[in-house]
Amino acid sequence: MAQLKRIAGVNQPPATLDRREAVPALIERPADWLVVAGLAGTAQELCAMTDDGPNVFGLGGAMGAGPMMALGLALSQPTRRVLGITGDGELLMNVGALATIALMAPANLKLVCVDNGHYGETGNQDSHTGLGVQLDRVASGFGIPTVLTINTMAEIEEGRRILAAPGLAFILLRVKEGPALKKPRSLRPHVVRDRFRAALLGA
Amino acid sequence: MTTPDGPAWAHAMYDALRAQGVTQIAYVPDAGHRVMIDRSLADPDVHSIPLTTEEEGVALLAGADLGGARGVLLMQSSGVGNCINMLSLTAGSRFPFLTVVSMRGDFGEGNPWQFPMGRATQAVLEAMGVAVLRCDAPEDVMPTIQAACTMAWGSGEAVAVLLGQRLLGAKKF
Repeated sequence: MAQLKRIAGVNQPPATLDRREAVPALIERPADWLVVAGLAGTAQELCAMTDDGPNVFGLGGAMGAGPMMALGLALSQPTRRVLGITGDGELLMNVGALATIALMAPANLKLVCVDNGHYGETGNQDSHTGLGVQLDRVASGFGIPTVLTINTMAEIEEGRRILAAPGLAFILLRVKEGPALKKPRSLRPHVVRDRFRAALLGA
Repeated sequence: MTTPDGPAWAHAMYDALRAQGVTQIAYVPDAGHRVMIDRSLADPDVHSIPLTTEEEGVALLAGADLGGARGVLLMQSSGVGNCINMLSLTAGSRFPFLTVVSMRGDFGEGNPWQFPMGRATQAVLEAMGVAVLRCDAPEDVMPTIQAACTMAWGSGEAVAVLLGQRLLGAKKF
């Protein structure tokens, strides 16, 4: 099968992490966060990690919505920690959102991109990041004040430290291709919206 | 009445939205929204959020609703086309949604590039489940905004208020 060419001159270490170990190791206690998780892998794994918990709004469509939903949530709940977690494909679809988020810079918002370099849901085609696009540099260039790239389990500790500290941050978690943690979750978004609000607001 | 600070109806619309509890005002800049944008930037109790593209605002307002806040998206009619698939988030999750759309490709338009999306604006919104209200005269604005707020936050509907070029004045070319 013909292959797309990698972008010339970009040298990155190979992605070796298994997301089924790396994501839970980085996030640790997902119940501590208000979470918006992008389709599809990150929504599956955050719902699996919380048993489809009410503090997670996991997308099943509207590709590109995740980071901006997390911004709206973070601005509306300044005393809560908000996690926007998504994949490389979803982030690339609305990558300008990183510029908007950098401008607003809510101190309670953390963004994590689980970058497997592939469109895992649609036949595992190479994504732009798998061919050399570096979203950590994009985030830095847009002005996100703290940016960390994680390639190894040893680097996860620094990611945990950043997640625990105040201030807007972007973490690029580079993982190899392969399945996400998965358990049954509600794919009825109005149910997910209502239960999220009921748990947070009592309404 | 129009003063150097802009038309009175625009100030009244801002005040009405603030009285409804709106705290997030997101926009892609447009001359028709100048008063709303300037007021939001000067308001310490509002997040004034410039977007790189309009669909960001659809997602932002959904997140605001999850956190119990109210927001409004200001855009030009050309931006409505950018929002189409993102409005599936609003429809599927039954998020309340309010957008105020300044029209181009409308009454007296002098730029032919604006007509295709201007003509399609109402149909595109309605196709994605957004109710469309329209203002063509200053006296239309307040009752229409009040109705839209009731529909959005009373009934949980998605609503667009179109500001026609008969109201805004067509841009000169």
